[in-house]
Amino acid sequence: MIARLLTGCVRFLCGCNARWAELPVAGPRVYYANHTSHLDSLLLWSALPAQLRRSCRIVAAADYWERTRARRWLAREVFRAVLIDRTTVTRRNNPLDHMLAVLDAGEALVIFPEGGRSDRQVVRDFRSGIWHMARRRPDLPFVPVWLENLSRVLPKGEVLPVPLMTAVAFGAAFHKAADDTKEIFLDRARRRLLALRREPDPCTTPER
Amino acid sequence: MHDAGTLTMLGLVVGALTLGTVVGQVLRRTVTSPSAERIVTNLNARMRAWWIMAAIFVVSILLGGMTTVVLFALSSFLAFREFITLTPTHRSDHRALFWCFFVIIPLNYWLVAIEWYGFFTVFIPVYAFVFIPGRIALAGTYERYLERTSKIQWALMVTVYFLSYVPALLMLEIEAYQGNNAGLLFFFILLVQLNDVLQYVWGNLIGRRKIAPVISPNKTWGGFVGGVLTTTLIGALLAPATPFHPLQAAGLSLLVCLMGFVGDLTMSAVKRDLGVKDFSAVLPGHGGVLDRLDSCTFAAPIFFHVVRYYFATG
Repeated sequence: MIARLLTGCVRFLCGCNARWAELPVAGPRVYYANHTSHLDSLLLWSALPAQLRRSCRIVAAADYWERTRARRWLAREVFRAVLIDRTTVTRRNNPLDHMLAVLDAGEALVIFPEGGRSDRQVVRDFRSGIWHMARRRPDLPFVPVWLENLSRVLPKGEVLPVPLMTAVAFGAAFHKAADDTKEIFLDRARRRLLALRREPDPCTTPER
Repeated sequence: MHDAGTLTMLGLVVGALTLGTVVGQVLRRTVTSPSAERIVTNLNARMRAWWIMAAIFVVSILLGGMTTVVLFALSSFLAFREFITLTPTHRSDHRALFWCFFVIIPLNYWLVAIEWYGFFTVFIPVYAFVFIPGRIALAGTYERYLERTSKIQWALMVTVYFLSYVPALLMLEIEAYQGNNAGLLFFFILLVQLNDVLQYVWGNLIGRRKIAPVISPNKTWGGFVGGVLTTTLIGALLAPATPFHPLQAAGLSLLVCLMGFVGDLTMSAVKRDLGVKDFSAVLPGHGGVLDRLDSCTFAAPIFFHVVRYYFATG
């Protein structure tokens, strides 16, 4: 209920229109996106069709989402986020295993491979998490998702959002190729994400 | 307000929409070339959106006062958002924009709703225009400062202040027309939109010489003259629905047509400057909310003040 209310709010305020390169498919897959705002995961989630949304879980940092009771409740009860411990990664407490377990259960993941929010349009190099997923599950489809204008709706360091229009572009799914190395795979993933940017895009070029 | 005049205008709206829909369906079955097919598909999408927009507008008019104000407040919100989304703003403008969306727009329409004429007319041009540059300066960056503030102020002026003059028509006190102001509002909107449509129709029928080929290639002298004359004639015939004599109604219609044209042309120039064709795509076939209301924005304040000066008592 609360999830529906929140997604409804986001859809109204951000006028979010989703563009799909191919028809949305359910089942295990990894949606990965650029990260500029706290609203990113909520917007991506709202842009998914309702039946897909239920089986799509956001990967989020436990150190942030566990800090207060309200956040913990939101993350666990409302979004059913997969909380990852960024600070104490050991062989026994490997975040990758949690994520793969979710995928093996037939659900989809939303992940931000830059590792944190970046400013404006610079997409930083990807962390290796998605490569390790691809290595352990070679058939796993990866879907790039470009989130447009979110850095203007709620930039880093602001609390109050400005309701500008945003867009969510879902790219075509791809797999790890047999002879991929880590560098090649991560570079391809990043370039596929950047290719979804609309050019020329007046919304995302603040300084002309 | 359920008088003969309103019914006439309602009949005109339904008639025009039916005619457009029938023509669109007939054309759909007869076109052969792909380019003509594209135009007809767009026409049919436009007609579908027209029915929905007309229904929303007419219902809000029939429900009266507050509903109309809320409808236009919402339109302003969407239009301002379209404008700002396409306008490059700086990271430091964030707080000022927040104020625009959540304080200035609601407050402006609240003043319309409580019919506080004196404060409404100065609220944005004086108070908001003092506040916004100040708030942006406080944010502490000066790169392109003048450009940034003027873009936000311009957006506020056109999409909020000017547009709110449409529901502000409800607060005019005109002798022997009390309680009928919704009819006046209906008359105004009908004229503006008819003018748009008729200029388009005449332009397709007899339009050859372009008025401003660089800014708006679709506007022709034939379309302009044909549209303005037909709309003015219809305006004069609708005089019984208004507090005006036929000649006065014709004069006001002419004014609305001219201002509507200027508004349309100005917003085309803005779109060219921003490098887009439409402000958004929320209305299939039409573009954005601001694409539909662009001619209203310039016509509304002029219509309001002319009517107020010559006809209002209070």
